[in-house]
Amino acid sequence: MKPMGIAAIIGGCFMIQMPVWAESPSQAAMLSNTCAGCHGTNGSSVGPSMPTIAGMPEVYLLDTMKKFKSGERPSSIMGRLAKAYSDEEIKMMVDFFVKHPFGREKQDVDAAKVAIGKQIHDQRCKKCHMDNGRDSEDSGILAGQWKEYLQISMHEFRSGKRKMPEKMAEKIEGEGKLTPAEVEAVIHFYASQQ
Amino acid sequence: MNRRNFIQMAGLAAGAGLSSFSILARAGEVLPKKGRRVVVVGGGYGGTIVSKYIRMSDPSIEVVMIERNKTFVSCPFSNLVIGGSRDLKDNMITYDKLEAKHGIKVIYDEVTGIDVAAKQVKVGAGTISYDRLVLSPGIDFRFDELEGYDPVETPKYMPHAWKAGEQTLRLRKQLVDMADGGTVVLSVPVTPFRCPPGPYERISQIAWHLKNHKPKSKILVLDANPDIVSKGPLFKKAWEKHYKGIIEFHAGNKVVKVDHKAMMVDTGVEEVKGAVINVVPPQKAGAVAYMAGVVGEDKKWCPVNQVTFESTIVPNVHVIGDACSAGAMPKSGYSANSQAKVCALNVVQLMNGKEPIPPSHVNVCYSYVTDKEAISVSAVYKVAEGKTIAVPNSGGVSPDLSELEGVYAHSWIKNILHEMSS
Ligand SMILES: Cc1cc2nc3c(=O)[nH]c(=O)nc-3n(C[C@H](O)[C@H](O)[C@H](O)COP(=O)(O)OP(=O)(O)OC[C@H]3O[C@@H](n4cnc5c(N)ncnc54)[C@H](O)[C@@H]3O)c2cc1C
Repeated sequence: MKPMGIAAIIGGCFMIQMPVWAESPSQAAMLSNTCAGCHGTNGSSVGPSMPTIAGMPEVYLLDTMKKFKSGERPSSIMGRLAKAYSDEEIKMMVDFFVKHPFGREKQDVDAAKVAIGKQIHDQRCKKCHMDNGRDSEDSGILAGQWKEYLQISMHEFRSGKRKMPEKMAEKIEGEGKLTPAEVEAVIHFYASQQ
Repeated sequence: MNRRNFIQMAGLAAGAGLSSFSILARAGEVLPKKGRRVVVVGGGYGGTIVSKYIRMSDPSIEVVMIERNKTFVSCPFSNLVIGGSRDLKDNMITYDKLEAKHGIKVIYDEVTGIDVAAKQVKVGAGTISYDRLVLSPGIDFRFDELEGYDPVETPKYMPHAWKAGEQTLRLRKQLVDMADGGTVVLSVPVTPFRCPPGPYERISQIAWHLKNHKPKSKILVLDANPDIVSKGPLFKKAWEKHYKGIIEFHAGNKVVKVDHKAMMVDTGVEEVKGAVINVVPPQKAGAVAYMAGVVGEDKKWCPVNQVTFESTIVPNVHVIGDACSAGAMPKSGYSANSQAKVCALNVVQLMNGKEPIPPSHVNVCYSYVTDKEAISVSAVYKVAEGKTIAVPNSGGVSPDLSELEGVYAHSWIKNILHEMSS
């Protein structure tokens, strides 16, 4: 036991020199840090119904906040909060979260669903949700996003509470309209991405 | 590094060349100060976050966090434990990752004194020097305002459970053990107190337990305030929907006397007996605030500069969380988290000779009205003319009770406890 204790102490000393993510105080950090109470430190969530917002495309986050503010996108908390910020403040917060890496947690997924979901992704989604959903110009990053959040979002879309972007509606509700089981499979596929 | 190692190191350093006078003077220093240092008292909702965000913003500043307990037990979600739908273990966090990932030095000890002139905090093992001190000690109770209340004995019979832990479990056990047909009495103190919607969430949770397990029982509420303090219409709607005939609510009834032997409370007008009695006592800033001399004229809470959270009474001492007065912000865990971040950034600015940054806060408070349905209140806060105000035309309460609010609440507690422990 003794040698291990010493190793731990030495390890501890080294750690002290290297805290994670040093970021000098700024107005952007001031505005953004408080969001982490729900969305996780620097925007990477560990709660399955709250999305990770770090590492999202700038266009997507700006558009999302705009839609929360106007009420176009349904929400519980976000509409109420978004109204409090000016466009300049929203821009600063978006810039803050965009530059932080999207943190991915291991999620429970069903391998059979992941396989079906991968096929559907390849056929219908990958043009906008590139690199298995890791990259996009103007849509949300889906790879590693929380399953429960994606389920809530898809429910909002398909029940008509939230308007689907045109291209998305075409791929999901158009020819060969996806069944609920197929949508669930795609969600498992994205949730499985590490 | 543990405390003994530091004491040994201190001894070595002293032996290596300091005069015998300074050896004596420094013998009590638990962690001799080398560079710039912030000492944080309290490892709860405010203390963990201010420690972490100072280290994240300027790793050249040393942070020493002093906390009496090795395990922190969260009050948020403790009402669900009382209702029976959550395990108290899920409310617990430890500090090992804060030490390992952020280099925060955690001292497990009781703060017993603060010498603001010498800039030293006294703990059982000695003293700890600071350049700036941040206090986030939470609350203590104004037991003296309740005649007959014995701070040691009374909570054994009438647990307040307003600090989560042993008393939470005791209150839960009393409810489980109570015979069907018994009356539960709960009293709410005059605002301001820790967690404005907290008592009403607890009433809902107790009613939920009674409805499902003791259908002949009821809960009688004596509220010292003129009406429900927070989310009133939503709580009333929930009580009408789920607990008709179970909750008897009396506003404007202040408990002034308790008798734990007779299991009775007294409003000065009426004596009320209960099989289970949950008196939520009136509150004040945690004892360390009094030690530092930062409590204001009301003798209860700490006035602070709303931009930096520095005490308006004692320089270099900052107060955050329940203990401070932060304008329109409620005393909540989310508020403490938000204030901690504002304080951290501006402590770093001040220590680097820079201008403080205008604050921006959020508060979101969820309350469960059953095991699954919840309601919420939220707001963004800014400072205008030195006062913390809610940004107009934003924030507000959820339109209704819903299970979706409950689903979001569950992720909130995961994220906020994770923020505090990693
Ligand atoms: C029943 C209930 C439900 C609640 N629900 C919610 C909710 O849903 N959402 C929400 O946002 N808030 C909620 N709250 C409020 C929340 O608990 C507090 O607002 C929050 O804990 C305040 O943080 P703090 O840092 O000021 O104090 P705390 O979190 O209490 O931390 C203080 C710490 O300081 C330590 N300490 C104090 N004195 C000393 C000393 N002398 N030496 C060493 N250590 C010391 C204590 O041990 C403690 O760990 C609830 C409260 C209650 C009672």
